[in-house]
Amino acid sequence: MSRFAWWLRDSREMVKRNLIHIKRTPELLLDVTLSPIMFVLLFSLVFGGAIEIPRDTYINFLMAGIFVQTISFAGIYTGVLLANDLTKGMIDRFRSLPMSQSSVLTGRTLTDVLRATLAIAIMWIVGMLVGFRPGGGITGGAAAVGLMLLFGFALSWVGVAMGALVRTPEALQGVIFAVVFPLTFVSSAFVPTDTMPDWLAWFADRQPMTLITDAVRSLTLDGSGGPAAIPAILWSIGILAAFFPLGLWLYQRRTTQ
Amino acid sequence: MIEAVGLHKSFGSTHALAGLDLDVTEGTILCVLGPNGAGKTTAVRVLTTLTHPDSGHATVAGIDVVRHPAQVRAKIGVAGQYAALDELLTGRENLQMVGRLYRVSGSDARRRADELIERFELTEAADRTVKTYSGGMRRRLDLGAALMAQPPVIFLDEPTTGLDPKGRLSMWDLIAQLARGGTTVLMTTQYLEEADQLADDIVVIDHGRVIARGTADELKRQVAGERLEVTISDSPWLDAARRALESLGEGPAHVDTDARRVSVAVASHEGVLTRAIRELDASGVHVDDIGFRRPTLDEVFLALTGRPAEETVEATA
Repeated sequence: MSRFAWWLRDSREMVKRNLIHIKRTPELLLDVTLSPIMFVLLFSLVFGGAIEIPRDTYINFLMAGIFVQTISFAGIYTGVLLANDLTKGMIDRFRSLPMSQSSVLTGRTLTDVLRATLAIAIMWIVGMLVGFRPGGGITGGAAAVGLMLLFGFALSWVGVAMGALVRTPEALQGVIFAVVFPLTFVSSAFVPTDTMPDWLAWFADRQPMTLITDAVRSLTLDGSGGPAAIPAILWSIGILAAFFPLGLWLYQRRTTQ
Repeated sequence: MIEAVGLHKSFGSTHALAGLDLDVTEGTILCVLGPNGAGKTTAVRVLTTLTHPDSGHATVAGIDVVRHPAQVRAKIGVAGQYAALDELLTGRENLQMVGRLYRVSGSDARRRADELIERFELTEAADRTVKTYSGGMRRRLDLGAALMAQPPVIFLDEPTTGLDPKGRLSMWDLIAQLARGGTTVLMTTQYLEEADQLADDIVVIDHGRVIARGTADELKRQVAGERLEVTISDSPWLDAARRALESLGEGPAHVDTDARRVSVAVASHEGVLTRAIRELDASGVHVDDIGFRRPTLDEVFLALTGRPAEETVEATA
């Protein structure tokens, strides 16, 4: 078998292990099931009435933001799961085996693509129940899902890099909250950025969360995401190109000390 | 089969390995003996490709551990002090996963896992998650995982630390079986008794370098000749007995409080026994038994490092 074929087989083995973990501790899925449902309901039913959106309903505007927020948290959360693994002896076992060492990481990030897919499906259904009516058709919807999974996959490598840096999983949880949370709020995820003060709107309009959200929004709502999708795809690929090698390198460095 | 020359490894200002040399012949058991912090675990980590040495050179099955780690990994099995198992997987799933990651085919991995489960007496627990396992079961499963690909070389880092006597005996039995089957074993231990029982060869390491090597017999001979040993009738006399023996022996006396035994190295037999009995009688010590015997590895360790092995263990635990 070629190196690539072995890498695929080892990665599949790692995904299988991660899925058994999820089966035995279903609470590992709370961040991609319960919390997005809560956000959809909270924003649409509680805040939704007080937020005016030109030309559309708030739930239609909101869903792209909830999607991207959930995907972002779930992506970086990969790092917490990796950091958790790193505190246990299992990584030493993997490192003493003739397996492809990067498959520990690809297994992790690929599992998170599955988690993200589940999260999107759940949010989509709950959104429809409270009035989400995407008009982008199947092509628009599929393109939006593809873009979100790509972005989530890229962020899971940011998570890998961070997970390899921190000493404890708890430390990373704090960092995620302090960085990702404000980034999703200072974006077009929940409100149009033109209601923000100029300097804040300037930042919000240029940061990746907004670009991804805008692309997902136009793809799901009217299927015309073309121009908006380009910067979103470039950001995703850029993040992936930077953090994939960085994550591998930091993991290698952490585990060969 | 395993060869290390001049291994150095520092963590900050701590020199974990300071020029360690090792050599293990194919099909034999080498015990690396030393107190906590002597560098045993670091040595195993370097030889199993988990840690890069700062300098020095090591090969396993003729393959360089730094230059070709993946090839080395295909030849070795590793079981450690902290069983490297997945708590959320069952025993059987752990073995099968490790087997497939050793690149054994799926059906062979299943067959081999079944075999090891039976041989290691884990049949009843095989389909329970590992988090329900006792310490002894974890160690057996951990060793089983190391054997999934039937590697020619096995590394065991303190395989019996923390096990009860029954668990320890059953591990000893499994390790001895491996060597009989032709596997080369390098194991570390803090237990002199363990080295005495299992090892073909022993190296004693302290502060990251080898301070003595040989068979158990050679080490006992190398360090000291015969010892005079006294068993006293009641513990309060231990101290008086120790003073009496030290006055006529060489070096510090070794005191075993539980067994009420005191022993000391002696240069020759001549007149020693008579003098000892006179001294002990003068100090008012009642003696149950007295005689000459060969030193135990405990005493060898004391003589080599200047401190008893057991005390070191407690001090750092």
